[in-house]
Amino acid sequence: MTDVRPMIDVRGARKSYGALEVLKGIDLSVQRGQIVAVIGPSGSGKSTLLRSINHLETLNAGEVWLDGVKVNQKLGRAAFERHINQVRQQMGMVFQHFNLFPHLSVSDNITIGPIKLRGMDKAKARELALVMLDKVGLAEKIDAYPARLSGGQKQRVAIARALAMQPKVMLFDEATSALDPELVDEVNLVMKQLAREHMTMVIVTHEMRFAAEVADRVLFMADGTVVEEGAPDELFRCPKQERTRLFLRKFLNP
Amino acid sequence: MQGLDFSVVPPYWALLGEGLWWTVLISSVSSLVSVVAGVGFALLVLYGVPVAQYPVRFFMWLFMGTPLLLQLFLIYFGLVQIGIDIPAVGAGIIGLSLHFAVYNADILRAGIVAVDTGQTEAARSLGFGRWQTLFNIVVPQALRSTLPALGSMMVALLKESSIVSMIGITELVHSAQLAISETYRPFEFYLTVAALYYIVNLILEAGLHGIERKVGLSR
Ligand SMILES: Nc1ncnc2c1ncn2[C@@H]1O[C@H](COP(=O)(O)OP(=O)(O)OP(=O)(O)O)[C@@H](O)[C@H]1O
Ligand SMILES: [Mg+2]
Repeated sequence: MTDVRPMIDVRGARKSYGALEVLKGIDLSVQRGQIVAVIGPSGSGKSTLLRSINHLETLNAGEVWLDGVKVNQKLGRAAFERHINQVRQQMGMVFQHFNLFPHLSVSDNITIGPIKLRGMDKAKARELALVMLDKVGLAEKIDAYPARLSGGQKQRVAIARALAMQPKVMLFDEATSALDPELVDEVNLVMKQLAREHMTMVIVTHEMRFAAEVADRVLFMADGTVVEEGAPDELFRCPKQERTRLFLRKFLNP
Repeated sequence: MQGLDFSVVPPYWALLGEGLWWTVLISSVSSLVSVVAGVGFALLVLYGVPVAQYPVRFFMWLFMGTPLLLQLFLIYFGLVQIGIDIPAVGAGIIGLSLHFAVYNADILRAGIVAVDTGQTEAARSLGFGRWQTLFNIVVPQALRSTLPALGSMMVALLKESSIVSMIGITELVHSAQLAISETYRPFEFYLTVAALYYIVNLILEAGLHGIERKVGLSR
C-alpha cells in the first residue's frame, strides 16, 4: 500500500459565527513531514481553520483527524475534555502574540507542560528546557522572565515551549506578524530549522517569500474557501485562479 | 486635669501583649483564609455549575449586605441554638474570613476576567484542562495583578479585627479596655494600642511591598 495516512486531515470543515460563514467546507490534508503554508487576505478564515485543527474553535460541520485519531469526535463532556487534552499535547501551537506565561520564568514556561501533564521530574524537565532553548538559540535566557525578552526572543521561547511537549505537528498562526521587521528573521530561521528536521507544520503567514522558501505546498484561501493550492513554484509563479493572481499582485507590488 | 503619664502602661505589657497576640493571630489566619476562600468563590461564581454558582452568589450578596458584627453574632450566638458550638476564636476567624472573602472574591473575579484570553488558549493548546489552566496560569496572574487591592483588604481586616472583642476575645482593643478599667487612664492605653496597630500595619505593608517587588520581576 502506498496510501499513507495523513498526519493532519481536515474534511469539509464548516464554521459560522452567527450569520457569518467563515469556513465554507475546507479540505486540508498534510502528510507526515510535510509543510503547508496557508495564505490569503485578512478575514478569509486562515486563523479559524488553524484553530479548528486543535479545537480552539469548534467546527459546525466536518471532521478533523490527527494521525488517524478523530479530533472533534462526539463524546460526553468529561470524556471529550480528557480526549482533547490528550490530542492537544500532540499539537504545538504558536500564536501571533506569543502568549508566554508572564508570571513564569523562561524555564518554567517550557517545563510546566512536561511536568504537570507528563509527570516529568523537575531536573529532567530543566534539561529538556535547555535542549529546546539551544534549538532556538536562547539557552542563556533560561532564567529570564518573558518581560525582559524582545519580541523575537519571546516567540522563540514560545516555539521551545511547544516543542517541549514533543508534538507530532506544529501549527503557526502568523508567528512573525507582531514582530518588528528586524526580528522576523530570527524566528523564521528557527522555523526553517524545524523544516529541516521534517517537522510536520501548518504555517499561516503573510510573508510570501518565506512561504515560498519553506513550504512544500501552499494553500490560498479567500472568503472561507480554498481557492487554489499547489507547490509554491506553481502557485506563486503561475497561479491558475484570477483571485489568486489579484491577491499576489497586491502583495508583491503593494 | 490630668497630664499624660505613660508610666502606667508598662505594668500591663503582659495583658497588652496577649491582646496583640490574638489580634495578629486572628488577622493573619483570617487574611489567609479570606484570600483562599475569595479565589474559591470567584471561580465558582465565574465557572461553577449552576447548582454551585447560585448558592455562592446568594451567600456573597448576604454577606455584603449585612454588618460584620451581625455576622459574628450569628456565627457565635446563633449557631449554638442549632447545636453548632464554635469557640469564640474560631467564630471570630470564620466571621472575618468570610466577610472579607466576599470582597476579595469580587476583586479577584475582576482580576481573573482581565487575564488575557491568549493565556488560556496557550495553556489549553499545550493540553492543560480547564481547571488546570485556571489554577496554574490564570489565578496566579490574577493574584499578582490584584495584590495591591487584596493588600488593602488585609490592612482593613487587621483594623476591623477589633470587632471580635464583641464576642469576648481579648484582642488588642479589649485588652486596653481591661487595663483602663483598672487604671482609669484611657488616653495612655488607647494611644499605646494605636501605636501598636500602627507598627503591625507597617510590618504588614512592608511584607506586601516585598511580595510586590518580587512579583514585579515578572512584569
Ligand atoms: N470569535 C469570533 N466571533 C465572531 N466573528 C469572528 C470570530 N473570530 C473570527 N471571526 C470572523 O471570522 C472571519 C475570519 O477570521 P479569521 O481570524 O479566521 O481570519 P484570518 O484569515 O486569520 O484573518 P487575518 O489575516 O486578519 O488574521 C473574520 O471575518 C472575523 O471577523
Ligand atoms: Mg488570522
